[in-house]
Amino acid sequence: MKKVLTGNYAAAEAAALAGVQVASIYPITPATQIGERLSEMSAEGSFGGRLIRVESEHSAMASLLGAASAGARTFTATSSQGLAYMHEMLHWVSGARLPVVMVDVNRALAAPWNLWSDQSDSLSQRDTGWLQFYCASSQEVLDTVLMAFKISEKTFLPSMVVLDGFTLSHTYEPVDVPDEKAVREFLPPWRPESRLDTGAPAAFGSLAGAKDYIRLRRRMAYDMEQALSVIDDVAKEFERLFGRRYEPLAPYRAWDADTVLVIAGAAAGAAEAAVDELRRDGHRAGSLRLRVFRPFPADALRRMLHGGMRLAVVDRSFSQGSEGTFSQEIKAALYSSSPKPVTTGFVAGLGGGDITVDLLKEIWAEAHNGTVNPAETVWMEDAR
Amino acid sequence: MKTSIPQEELLRSGHQACQGCASTVAMRYALKGLGRRTIIVVPACCWTVISGAAPNSSLDVPLLHAPFASAAATACGVKAGLQARGDEETTVMVWAGDGSTYDIGLQSWSGAAERGEDMLYVCYDNEAYMNTGVQRSGATPMGVWTMTTPDGNRRPKKDLDALLEAHHISYAATASIAYPEDFVRKFAKARAIKGFRFIRVFSPCPPGWKYDPDKTVDLARLAVLTGVFPLYEIEAGAFRLNLAPAKLKPLAEYLAPQGRYKGLDPEALAREQGSVTERWQRLLARKAAS
Ligand code: SF4
Repeated sequence: MKKVLTGNYAAAEAAALAGVQVASIYPITPATQIGERLSEMSAEGSFGGRLIRVESEHSAMASLLGAASAGARTFTATSSQGLAYMHEMLHWVSGARLPVVMVDVNRALAAPWNLWSDQSDSLSQRDTGWLQFYCASSQEVLDTVLMAFKISEKTFLPSMVVLDGFTLSHTYEPVDVPDEKAVREFLPPWRPESRLDTGAPAAFGSLAGAKDYIRLRRRMAYDMEQALSVIDDVAKEFERLFGRRYEPLAPYRAWDADTVLVIAGAAAGAAEAAVDELRRDGHRAGSLRLRVFRPFPADALRRMLHGGMRLAVVDRSFSQGSEGTFSQEIKAALYSSSPKPVTTGFVAGLGGGDITVDLLKEIWAEAHNGTVNPAETVWMEDAR
Repeated sequence: MKTSIPQEELLRSGHQACQGCASTVAMRYALKGLGRRTIIVVPACCWTVISGAAPNSSLDVPLLHAPFASAAATACGVKAGLQARGDEETTVMVWAGDGSTYDIGLQSWSGAAERGEDMLYVCYDNEAYMNTGVQRSGATPMGVWTMTTPDGNRRPKKDLDALLEAHHISYAATASIAYPEDFVRKFAKARAIKGFRFIRVFSPCPPGWKYDPDKTVDLARLAVLTGVFPLYEIEAGAFRLNLAPAKLKPLAEYLAPQGRYKGLDPEALAREQGSVTERWQRLLARKAAS
């Protein structure tokens, strides 16, 4: 069925369709509507799971630790300060190998207060052992949440589905909402063998020595690596049932491009428009959207890019003392390629600044013409 | 001898507590009152260690470890998860120390209590952070030595019970290992009640309180008989004093065996005696009124 949904409503719709059994909600701009919509759906009977209206984000994730340990399918949504407040729990849930799915609506971190889109919140959680998916449309939010449950339940790793604050969370778009029966075929109920069960008492999370601890982390690293092929399998099955295909990297006119804009999230749409305009002017421009960030699709990236290319990585985050997060990761992934593309990191759109077609054309041109030093981050201040 | 206490043992004989630790006796009695259909959530506290390192467990019921600040939130998730799977019967019990209850986890239990989440929250109160080696908490009484109050704690113990009552919870009680039948009865009762239930267990700790391990039960009893730890319960707002000695023993009797009170001068002792007596009077008045 076609519906007109914002990114937030698409997320709530997906959680209900996925048959979430326990969802914990706590308000935070710009993710609040997800919990509100679930409450509404719960009141009218279209969401059958239990809603826990917790008193903090830390407790939101803690309650999902409990619920998932008891064997329930679980969901929550947050943003910015809320995600940062959850940090301890993020490590805990991934270490406990629980397939929790969470939506993060990107927003800048204080101080100073800022409510608008910025990817620093999710990217600063990159080492917590969560899979991370960056969406570019409401349709993709809905589809990715559904796929995330399946991927997480197969890999025993939690998933974070990320979308831009306001630009995507509050923008209405037509969304094809699959019917529940088809979703149930794709995503059957989760029935874990290992769970809290008074019939088979066991202790979960008990003290482990160094010997066990490193093995557990190594096993997690292995499963994280394997997740790429799980993501691929699930995407194929999703395409077979629903006709939409998602790849970890989404190139746009990139194959024969000499300079490629690399970007994640909703601003990828503007990057594609910039590429079209640049192509119209006779330039060999391309763009590449990063959809899966954890695990990092390094092999696919290496296959897609070649030595003669120039890359303009657009980061909506900045790691103080270093550079933009995507820029770091891409450079690290390409380190072993020879020759490797000349990669320049551009920081733009922090705290909700518009990443416009014109701005992206400017970035493209600077990288293309070599007017900037690739060893330094280029800061693109908001022109408004 | 015939006793009302069930024979079944759900705490195994091997555990990692110090000699004379009251919290192990408490766990043993608690599980006798609750039975096998119990799942325990433990935040960071001595029980993180006492329950045993992986893959061992000293408990014959499922146990979920949780971060320091989140035991109650984790427990309400466990309950919701069980309900989602069609299990309405299993009791979910938080078993937390005073650090996590009086201090870092206060927001989490306050939220769960206010929402009326269906769980039993137990605080075994040993009046300081013992697992990290005796640092003061909000539960540490006035005048007490700890590693972070070498010259004596300067503030009175937080009145947690009053704080709990302000949340309109379905059951609140205190329990002491020196009175096993009362103890087990309270847990069995809490099991049968729905909503948020809370039991504060008095938990003497030989290394933290600096006394001989063989005095644990004596101290637990003296705490009740001096009025330091009165036994009472509040069910749906109705108050009941479970034990009312005709005359309280002097506070000094309870303090004397404990090294942690060594720095208390006679003036401070008199002041403390005064506040214990005053609180006892208030309880007696409440008993008379109910
Ligand atoms: S330190 Fe105290 S509370 Fe902790 S195990 Fe030892 S006796 Fe028990």
